[in-house]
Amino acid sequence: MKDQGTSRAKLRRIAALVRKEGLQMIRDPATVAVGVVLPVILILLFGFGLSLDVRNVPLAVVLEDSSAPARNLLAAFALSPYFRPQVVYSLQAADRLMTAGAVDGVLTIPEDFARRFSAGDARIQLLVHGSDANRARIMESYVEGAVGAWSARQSAEEGAAAAGGPVNVQSRLWFNSANDSHYFLVPGLIVLVMTLIGAFLTAMVVAREWERGTFEALFVTPVRSGEILLGKTIPYFALGVLGLLLCIVSGKFLFHVPIVGSLTVLVAGSMLYVMVALGVGLLISSYFRNQLVASQLTMLATFMPALMLSGFLFDLRSMPLVIRAITYLLPARYYVALLQTTFLAGDIWPVILPNAAVLAVMVALLGYASRAVTHKRLG
Amino acid sequence: MPEPVVIGKDLRKAFRAPGKGGEVPALDGVSIEVCAGELTALVGPDGAGKTTLIRLMAGLLAADGGSLRVLGIDPAVEPQRVQDRIGYMPQRFGLYEDLSVQENLDLYADLHGVTAEERGERYPQLMQMTDLGSFTGRLAGRLSGGMKQKLGLACTLVRSPELLLLDEPTVGVDPLSRRELWVIVEHLVREQGLTVLTSTSYLDEAEKAARVLVLHDGKALAQSEPGGVTRVAAGRCLVLDPGPGNSARSLQARLLDDAGVIDAVPEAGRVRLVRAAEAKPGSAPETIAGLAPSPVEPRFEDGFMVLLRGTAAHEAAVDIRLQRPPSPAAGGAVVEVRDLVKRFGDFTAVNHVSFEVHRGEIFGLLGPNGAGKTTTFRMLCGLSPPSGGTLRIAGVDVRSAGAAARARLGYVAQKFSLYGSLTVAENLEFFASAYGLRGPMRRGRIDWAMRQFDLGSHEHTASGELPGGFKQRLAMGAALLHEPDILFLDEPTSGADPLARRAFWRRITALAEQGVTVIVTTHFMQEAEYCDHIAIMDGGRVLARGSPAEIRRRAHSMEDAFIAVVEEARTREAEAQA
Amino acid sequence: MLESLLRIVALTRKELLAVLKDPRARNSLLLPPILQCLLFGYAATYDLNRVPYAVLDRSHTAASQDLLSRFDGTGLFERVADLSAERQVDDAIDDRRALLAIEVPADFARRLAAGGAADVQIIADGRNSNTAGTALGYAQAAVDAFNRDWRADHGRPGPPVTVEARAWYNPNLITRWNMIPGLIGTLTMIQTLMLTAMSVAREREQGTFDQLLVTPFRPAEIMAGKALPSMLVGVIQATGVLLVAQLWFRIPFQGSFLTLYAGLILFVLAAVGVGLVVSALCYTMQQAMLFSFILIMPFALLSGLTTPISNMPPSLQYFTRINPLRYAIDIAQRVYLEGAGPGVLMPDLWPLAAIAAVTLAAASYLFKHRLQ
Repeated sequence: MKDQGTSRAKLRRIAALVRKEGLQMIRDPATVAVGVVLPVILILLFGFGLSLDVRNVPLAVVLEDSSAPARNLLAAFALSPYFRPQVVYSLQAADRLMTAGAVDGVLTIPEDFARRFSAGDARIQLLVHGSDANRARIMESYVEGAVGAWSARQSAEEGAAAAGGPVNVQSRLWFNSANDSHYFLVPGLIVLVMTLIGAFLTAMVVAREWERGTFEALFVTPVRSGEILLGKTIPYFALGVLGLLLCIVSGKFLFHVPIVGSLTVLVAGSMLYVMVALGVGLLISSYFRNQLVASQLTMLATFMPALMLSGFLFDLRSMPLVIRAITYLLPARYYVALLQTTFLAGDIWPVILPNAAVLAVMVALLGYASRAVTHKRLG
Repeated sequence: MPEPVVIGKDLRKAFRAPGKGGEVPALDGVSIEVCAGELTALVGPDGAGKTTLIRLMAGLLAADGGSLRVLGIDPAVEPQRVQDRIGYMPQRFGLYEDLSVQENLDLYADLHGVTAEERGERYPQLMQMTDLGSFTGRLAGRLSGGMKQKLGLACTLVRSPELLLLDEPTVGVDPLSRRELWVIVEHLVREQGLTVLTSTSYLDEAEKAARVLVLHDGKALAQSEPGGVTRVAAGRCLVLDPGPGNSARSLQARLLDDAGVIDAVPEAGRVRLVRAAEAKPGSAPETIAGLAPSPVEPRFEDGFMVLLRGTAAHEAAVDIRLQRPPSPAAGGAVVEVRDLVKRFGDFTAVNHVSFEVHRGEIFGLLGPNGAGKTTTFRMLCGLSPPSGGTLRIAGVDVRSAGAAARARLGYVAQKFSLYGSLTVAENLEFFASAYGLRGPMRRGRIDWAMRQFDLGSHEHTASGELPGGFKQRLAMGAALLHEPDILFLDEPTSGADPLARRAFWRRITALAEQGVTVIVTTHFMQEAEYCDHIAIMDGGRVLARGSPAEIRRRAHSMEDAFIAVVEEARTREAEAQA
Repeated sequence: MLESLLRIVALTRKELLAVLKDPRARNSLLLPPILQCLLFGYAATYDLNRVPYAVLDRSHTAASQDLLSRFDGTGLFERVADLSAERQVDDAIDDRRALLAIEVPADFARRLAAGGAADVQIIADGRNSNTAGTALGYAQAAVDAFNRDWRADHGRPGPPVTVEARAWYNPNLITRWNMIPGLIGTLTMIQTLMLTAMSVAREREQGTFDQLLVTPFRPAEIMAGKALPSMLVGVIQATGVLLVAQLWFRIPFQGSFLTLYAGLILFVLAAVGVGLVVSALCYTMQQAMLFSFILIMPFALLSGLTTPISNMPPSLQYFTRINPLRYAIDIAQRVYLEGAGPGVLMPDLWPLAAIAAVTLAAASYLFKHRLQ
């Protein structure tokens, strides 16, 4: 009787399982859909569809004063990359545009503008639409900035001392001087794709194998349960890495997101996260051996939190205590911190090491748990 | 005497069953011995405990009580040691459908550590044995049922195991493939001295084994060589000829209701019955139902039925009374099929099929899986539009007047298609509404169904939790609520519990007697005997049509006749293509 | 006609019974949308209520402390570090301990006293530029407050132009007020679409679909019998989310419930229509689930909930025109925050009706012809 316990035998069995899984991956339309099509859709959506930048904001300008300073101010807005002003001559017309959603704000330059400006006491009214509060707030600050800059230039030209507050703020945006929202959306995209492949796809595939009953025949062979585990994780890990590379390449060349840190750190950290995601997917599908239940549960437990609670989109610091506490349990949170830093800031070890350490601990815990629940038993 | 390969003593295993309250014992004190170099068969209906017992041996489950040793090892304690040495083919083999035949084989060979030289020797043997040599590149999902089972068998035999466990390897497979599979197994036992334990619900297969263990409801009814079981029915088996012009079926139905009769089946135009009491030797043969019986040698199935009846109480006589029997047809056939064709792309599933069914007839569509009988059936029920030919049901062209035709027919699907989370009562209510039954008539029909099919005890149980026999009765009741003229039954007896099957056919016979036309598909060849006319299909064509007597003329059993017809057709086709 | 209706009612009743009896389905009816609304309602906000910041105060004068007290006094800022060297600024920002770093130069007080201008440097962590922008906005507001008071105290004239800003409908510009009405549509759509898409596939897999087809049910009736319970479930879920918005988050409701529900019903009809098309095309539940997931992803991301539609490239903006969620979010936000009436909402209502009509017609056709 052969010795089935030698390491060469083990390797051969694992290789056979990996090969089988790989063949199945390529030939199964569902796997292709989730592993390839969905990530590509996500990449396209995030790269081309989503943007939080405020540029070319349509603005209705009610020009009640047609004097030179007023027109000058209007010109300043026209030249600004942030705005696309549209002149109207009555407030009603502006209101109509705003109600119809054709403009996001109404700037009113009243008829006494020029007069009051010389007196140093001009006022203009800005009306923003509160339905997108984030955008509205940013618009407000841009308008104020544009107005401030314009009035400073006017004063300088006229030789008058610059009036206005004694304190001027010189602001600098580190790591994202272009102020491009893609810089943080693309790392977020990577988290989502990794979660999709690592957790969702794996859960679906393993639950499906339970449903189809192929595990039963597999169990009564020399293969050990640990080898079955590896046979499942290795191919999806590889797919995850492929997905990662696709995201990085599109991020850099398609969306022009810089990679300041080292690629090694990026890939190594991503590998940690993929392993965590794989562990979660395996655990869920080992317990719920039903494809539908496993997929939906994984979606709720990994993908949604990765989208909403990982910190790439919504700032974690501003969330209520309870929710913040929950985010400490989410691997996505640590991965986002790692990604954002590595992409935009560089190899900042005080950030990278602790986050990577937490992920590593999670890998160990999940690995142990998966091993514990995977045994060759049916009952 | 070398020690038996498997020794099991007093094995117990129970599963938790939610909704049924507490635990369901799958095995209740079963003892078994499997000797080396022999073929041992586990026989019993669904739910008897066969799969549980095999899984215990394979180390996939641990027993709750009793002791078990396989190859001297306790599989509950050291399952891997056992799994390294045995071969196991589960009921749904679960081949990797996205992998080809060759890839599946290679996978198992790799897992079992079969070296390249060993494969060089083994593979040709396997290919020759299973006749899959020309299909190595085909995806396993595209194989026919019989081929899948053969591939499954081949995968367990990539190396010679010390014990081969097969869980119902022939279920649902056409008789031809079944025979081929058994040839392979017997060859392995005889030529290679393989020890094989197989479970089956086909009683004729059990006769081929060296030893048999009969299981029912988790208990062992007998363990001996097949003869031992057969002998239980010694002196009790008789054959009755109903006489010219009388149907064997009606005679069988009447006899089944008799408490003194354990079992009766129509066979070869006569009725074979097993009596409860043994005939006193030397006494004069009495008459039964006015006819003179002739004694006959018992068969394994007879002994099995005696054992089975020993456990179950005799079922009350079944008597289905229709409230409003179908009116006699004006003449002509109730179902008329002419040159029916169905194409899926460039694959022709049904190729110019024609037949007729008359009022009150039981008509059987027989054939292996993939023959096209399910497709034909679906066209008959209006579930699938034909690509060509005509189809008339009760004089109405199904293609044009679908709804009108559908109101006259009832349908019971293979999986019973009941709403699992709804109770018995709710299912009936829904189907009553679906057929437009309203008011007092609706109430009346629902009560009728509950009474006639004995559903009262489970009125408020979710249908998903009903035992199999109950589901079948509920499905039939639901199909009869609107008093259809024609009843379509798709593989209604796939559950294979012989008692349930007898009861089922008893009901069908009663319905047919009252004028309902019944069209049935089945792969149990012996059930063709219940039919007035049958059509044998294979490869989308009707190969033979006629009464069972006519078809049987070619061979002495229905099954042999079927195989002869199909083999003949296939050789003819091969010659035509050559 | 009557028979037809009765059959549809029977099927609807059966569907609802099946859903209510299955404990898993029952739990996923109301619980997930409400939980998700709570979770995302709190999490999904672009507003900051805690901006950690570090200070490098080289001036150490009363004036600089006065300036800094403007930050601390708002309750929005939290000073996490008092730095003493330039290098430490790098660390504080890099390590993410601080979102902003404020550098007050050594000559701050002197320059103020001299009547000139003093520059203060504020560095923001741009790893999330949106958050950084918001934080900088808050910082500017604090500095403006200091400036105003200082000018008042020292008799200096203010800037020649002041911008008076006001916001329609969401005066305090709380992003949660936008998000949560938007969630009404989003959470409802996810559940409704998936439920409907899987309902036919489930029956196909269980074998009961064949049984249905053999009965006098017409394909259109089966469709109606599937659509109605899904719509009912959808409206109930939307109500659940609405209640959370009103009673828990206390966002004031400005419009009429009638208008809101009219819009919601149309939306649910459209979502159900899409779900029915998917269910007609898919044979297995797995296919249905994946298909609907692949649809929901772009629908949800390109709906204007988290990022504005006006930022999207024109081609994608065209795509959003066939996205029922886009209209649902707009309707919900406008009715909820603006009290908009049906007249104003016409540009949202008729596309929804069109989508519903087209998808239901397509589903009807597919049901009839793809039954085998």
